[in-house]
Amino acid sequence: MGRARTIARRTFLIGSVTILGGVAFGTYLVKRSLPNPLEADLAEGEATFNAWVKIDADTITLITPHADLGQGVVSSQAALIAEEMDLNFGQFETSFGTPSSAYYNTGFADGGAPFMATDESFKADAVRSVLSGVLKIAGLQGTGGSTSMPDSFDKLRHAGAVARETLKLAASQQTGVPVSELTTRSGAVILPDGISLPYTSLAGVAATVEPVQDVTLRDPSEWRLIGKPMQRLDIVSKSTGTLAYGIDISVDGMVHAAVRVNPRKGDGMLSLDTTKAKSMRGVSDVIEITGGVAVIADNTWRAIKAVNAVDVEWGDAPYPAEMEGHWKTLDDSFTPEHLDSTWRDDGDVEGGLASGTVFEAEYRSPYVAHAPLEPLNAIITVTDDGAEVWAGHQGPGQVQIMVAAITGHDVENIIFHNQYMGGSFGHRLEGEFIKQAAEIANQMRGTPVKLTYSCEEDFAQDFPRQIAMGRGKGTVSNGQVNTFDLSIASPSVFASQGGRSGMAVPGPDATIAEGAWNNPYTIPNSRIQAFRAPELAPVSSWRSVGAPSGGFIFDSFLDELIHQAGADPMAERIRLMDHDASRIVLETVAEMSSWGGELKPNQGRGVAFVESFGVPVAEVVEVTATDRGIKIDKVWVACDVGTVIDPINFENNVQGGVIWGLGHAINAEITYSDGVAEQTNYHAHEGMRMFQCPEIFVRGLENGLKVRGIGEPPVPPAAPALANAIFAATGQRIREMPFNKFIDFV
Amino acid sequence: MQLTVNDQLRDIDVEDDMPLLWVLRDELGITGVKYGCGIAQCGACTVHMDGVAVRSCQVAAATAQGTQIKTIEGLGTPDNLHALQDAWIEHQVAQCGYYQSGQIMQAATLLDMNPAPSDDDIDAVMSGNLCRCGTYPRIRAAIKTAATKMQEA
Repeated sequence: MGRARTIARRTFLIGSVTILGGVAFGTYLVKRSLPNPLEADLAEGEATFNAWVKIDADTITLITPHADLGQGVVSSQAALIAEEMDLNFGQFETSFGTPSSAYYNTGFADGGAPFMATDESFKADAVRSVLSGVLKIAGLQGTGGSTSMPDSFDKLRHAGAVARETLKLAASQQTGVPVSELTTRSGAVILPDGISLPYTSLAGVAATVEPVQDVTLRDPSEWRLIGKPMQRLDIVSKSTGTLAYGIDISVDGMVHAAVRVNPRKGDGMLSLDTTKAKSMRGVSDVIEITGGVAVIADNTWRAIKAVNAVDVEWGDAPYPAEMEGHWKTLDDSFTPEHLDSTWRDDGDVEGGLASGTVFEAEYRSPYVAHAPLEPLNAIITVTDDGAEVWAGHQGPGQVQIMVAAITGHDVENIIFHNQYMGGSFGHRLEGEFIKQAAEIANQMRGTPVKLTYSCEEDFAQDFPRQIAMGRGKGTVSNGQVNTFDLSIASPSVFASQGGRSGMAVPGPDATIAEGAWNNPYTIPNSRIQAFRAPELAPVSSWRSVGAPSGGFIFDSFLDELIHQAGADPMAERIRLMDHDASRIVLETVAEMSSWGGELKPNQGRGVAFVESFGVPVAEVVEVTATDRGIKIDKVWVACDVGTVIDPINFENNVQGGVIWGLGHAINAEITYSDGVAEQTNYHAHEGMRMFQCPEIFVRGLENGLKVRGIGEPPVPPAAPALANAIFAATGQRIREMPFNKFIDFV
Repeated sequence: MQLTVNDQLRDIDVEDDMPLLWVLRDELGITGVKYGCGIAQCGACTVHMDGVAVRSCQVAAATAQGTQIKTIEGLGTPDNLHALQDAWIEHQVAQCGYYQSGQIMQAATLLDMNPAPSDDDIDAVMSGNLCRCGTYPRIRAAIKTAATKMQEA
């Protein structure tokens, strides 16, 4: 990236990462080694070498602190440790561990710094390094932003190497054989004569030696696990119905709770009649909680049925009651006082626009629900000494803070057991359900309370993906895109999310124009501006956050300009691309899809490229316009994550991301009427079903310098690639999601 | 009332209209069957009633009396896998996996009715089962693998 950019840095340091406010920090604190939470409850004869490995006489336990929402990071994290420890799958157990600052997420630093991911300059890396220190102090242990692998890749391999070398040292002390003559294989230290000492047999001695910190990581050529197909650790239990998700947990003596809180997300209840609910079978109590009402019963169904029988009059919404008001707010936000940041300003945009016929277009991206199929749920027991929580959540530290605030207990007295999740897509970054369960449990101390949302309540209370509007102006000359001027307006998702979690969010919100400003194209005259609309309906990070909207707007407009220029959509993107790994991604998807080859009648192809979370992704979608509507035939995807940890899980995640992106682009939106979300369940917010699912061909490239995550990046290019393909097949340009408002799908 | 679940007769004391889903999960502690939507839109709660896939959120307890109910736990176990579960593992279908019990139970009915289904047959029978993670390509492949193995057996 040689071209200079202008970035409005209201604050140099933080960009848009949410940080606990008011933290004082210095070099000493940042460099101080972090506590090892495994030391706290270590029994006699158990050894721990760092926060990720614990061994006793029977069992090796690897701590995989990143939450598993379905993306498979329990296996990927374990593989990184096992690689260096010479462990095989099947020789260890895993645990999500207890919340600890030791598990702070360094990966968030990359996404939070106001630099393009493709910017590998000294300055960009220096800011990321400072941010990483801030995050260490803030102890931000979270899962999100496709950061699990960037965060874990070096750290967990190092943890495994420390464990390996320490076990060798222990074996040396036990046997008198010098460390230099010891090797490790398959969960054991091997002596020169071939005798094998299982790690578990060394636990007692290892517990007494100081962990070896000066270790060397294996060369990639020696990897046994990384980059090879693995069998996910959870695959058997997930194929036999034997894995317990949060919703499947039960605790002795627990009661069931269901809630209804204001679907207008405003000031609670104006009136309440619980008479009928209280008389229903199995109901033991009906109580008021913040914003609404809870029923306590002896069964989930009875609790949900009774809470739906409560007669409530709700207060008004703190945002426009109807969608017209929401869109009007965005429409009015393209003004200097709402300018959040000018992310790019290259060449002479005004001059470029004055030089030719200006092409203009406007795009819209709707609110969309997260709707993981496992509705939100949590079990909480509050006693006079503390609280214990069982739930699936992406921010264990947040859970502790929320429950502590409600119960009045210290954070360290809140025990949190994270659970496997039936999807999240960002939903389980939010904590209203945790707070509600804590409020209920706090009113009945000593009794475990299991709160389960109905699917309808999950939809009603969801903080969806933010709406966005984009306006492009551009010119073309000599068959090329010449001037590209794009403005995107949306409410700030980080302001909305940060406001709820009490975390300060300084600086511009990089997600408003995410998927647009960070694409490493160089167009002669190019400007990308983000406008921060006033807060509307509360919103939250939705798989790929700003990039599904920003990417749709950016790439659709680029495609339109390329067609205006009369250029080939693939060739012109490749010509404009100014980043080697990204260009190779485009060239690869062109080769995979035989771009330019002959198509059947009524077929069309579209290409889109969006970089998000540091991953350049190019997708080609092929559609056929049939007499029953658009049929999506095939999708080709090329992307670059630096290193593919597990090719099978990688392919599954990419295919899933494409299906997520396409399905919601086709048919999903949340609309508000009378302040309430009109879509109450999957019949009205469907996503993709199997009969619509195309064949999806995936290639993972490894030219990038850094290891990246793959959970989110495949999502953003899917919608624009589909819109571009529909245009190619039919001549109809669709500039607003969901597309089924404008065209039928098979 | 009494229900026969996975070949066991179980006593329950519930309202006639309590959905079978909640009888299984909350009264009998059989949690392989999942709650997703509650309105027969997602298929996560799919079980077999007299050998046919049904949405257990839509079957009243009283209706289930006198029938043979089978859940994923009755189809196969980690030590004794059904051919579909074996194929699900071979193709590593699951991401979050929450929907897979229902997918597998639906697929079992499909293969009972149609031992060699085409892509269109699979789409037609499986499209009532949502997968938010988007594992459809692997579900298709696993069903075909299982169909082949079951025919060879």
